[in-house]
Amino acid sequence: MIQFDAVHKRFPNGTTAVHDLSLRMPEGGITVLVGSSGCGKTTTLRMINRMVEPTSGTIRVGGKDVTRQDAAELRRSIGYVIQQAGLFPHRTVLDNIATVPLLLGWNRRKARARAAELLETVGLAADAGKRYPHQLSGGQQQRVGVARALAADPPVLLMDEPFGAVDPVVRTQLQDELLRLQKELSKTIVFVTHDVDEAVRLGDRIAIFRTGGHLVQCAPPAELLARPADDFVADFLGAERGLKLLSLKTLADVPQGPAPEGGTWTLVRDAQGKPLHWASKDAELPVRPLRDSDSLLSALNESVASPTGLVARVDGDGVLTGVSSRDDIHQHAGRAHTEARVAA
Amino acid sequence: MFELLKNLGHWLVSGSQWSGSDGIAHRLAEHLQYSLLATVIAAAIGLPLGLLIGHTGKGAFVAINLASFGRALPTVGLVVLVFLAGGLSMLPVYVALVALAVPAIVTNTYAGMTAVDPDVKDAARGQGMRGHQVLFQVELPLALPLIMTGLRLALIQVVATATIAAYVSFGGLGRYVFDGLAQRDLVQVLGGAVLVALVAVVLDVALAGLQRFLFRHRTA
Repeated sequence: MIQFDAVHKRFPNGTTAVHDLSLRMPEGGITVLVGSSGCGKTTTLRMINRMVEPTSGTIRVGGKDVTRQDAAELRRSIGYVIQQAGLFPHRTVLDNIATVPLLLGWNRRKARARAAELLETVGLAADAGKRYPHQLSGGQQQRVGVARALAADPPVLLMDEPFGAVDPVVRTQLQDELLRLQKELSKTIVFVTHDVDEAVRLGDRIAIFRTGGHLVQCAPPAELLARPADDFVADFLGAERGLKLLSLKTLADVPQGPAPEGGTWTLVRDAQGKPLHWASKDAELPVRPLRDSDSLLSALNESVASPTGLVARVDGDGVLTGVSSRDDIHQHAGRAHTEARVAA
Repeated sequence: MFELLKNLGHWLVSGSQWSGSDGIAHRLAEHLQYSLLATVIAAAIGLPLGLLIGHTGKGAFVAINLASFGRALPTVGLVVLVFLAGGLSMLPVYVALVALAVPAIVTNTYAGMTAVDPDVKDAARGQGMRGHQVLFQVELPLALPLIMTGLRLALIQVVATATIAAYVSFGGLGRYVFDGLAQRDLVQVLGGAVLVALVAVVLDVALAGLQRFLFRHRTA
């Protein structure tokens, strides 16, 4: 666990970056620090590995006060990923990843072997190890950055807008990969972003900061979206925060019935029973089948796009299990909202 | 004019001109010896200074102003000054050549250090490198192309200026220039000057090629 107690950071030029911050970041969870630029979120993150020293207050990682430890040794025990990856351009990808093990005094062979193992963990091909960072795409460089941070298997991972500089498609991929990794590794992750959607997607808890370094609210995403502490938080989450809440709920509980036969539109399936498209006498419209694990938000979206208002549901193999109606989806969405808002 | 060039050509290629203690081969060796020694001493002074200023960010004005100081330095004046103060030896020559070379080395080393991406330095510290590890494992290797450019520039300048050794009665290719002037032997003066220029150009091209080879994996 990472624990902030009454932490204050004032820079020499007089600006207060972090104001009286007390915060707990639970072990094995992703805590996302979010807020507009200049709100102190990055400073907060950088105080954890002493890249920035607090003016007052204490920060403990795993119960130990960080300022009582040697800064370099502390940093070797904490993974650190930054926005532009910050890879060493004169070292191969493999040697980049092996940085911390080598600093810890591992022999070169063991460090390289560990680095090769991590290439695979972050989804890179083995031959990428011999390349230089500039020969990789932005997304690949970020993966290397993550691999480098994980190399010595630190319990804590600090990520400072790690996916801020890649395009939206790659960003979504990287987010998925991070969630997959986190399922395996259960690190204590502190993640800084200014993107609310990213925060909602990744965070087990989200801490919202306001300019001047004030923490406004820290809560699980569903609670935050359903019950924002004040107007600032509500505004920051945006007008669609109701829909964002639905992105956290799954379709699993929505009832489904058999696909309709003989109406204006029929759902055409292939021999295995996989939905192909909606067809009428003289038109075809695409269908986007959903699984139980898909969100209520995507179900709502599909129900609007579907010509019948019906959403095709499939199992893990993509075979049709039934359809859900727009009304049922709507009803569930409403209920999810009410529950979230009245929950204590 | 044509006659002069013909004589110059003859002077440069004739076998007798190349051998002996007054021959081109010997003078060339002397010239290279002065130049290399002066550049090595200048590097021993300039490199640590440039690295220190670049790493700490303190004393940047020294690194920046040293460049213009170097350009304004009257080399011959310095030789005469040290000569008057210390008597006849190679010392004044080395002092002048080193003083000429140090600014180029410091300025380029400093420039190389400041050109290192701040994100990369931040990442290096963030991974747990100590100050000297950041310097030697990250900053120095990344600054190396510009550092080598500085050394190259310094060496070329020194080669071109090492003719002054002959001015205070020592050897090197400058011998031909000063002897030629004294003997009103234009061919000899020209021959010496051409040789100095040739050495400078050959070294420059060779070192530039070496740099390209060493840093072929770099982007910029």
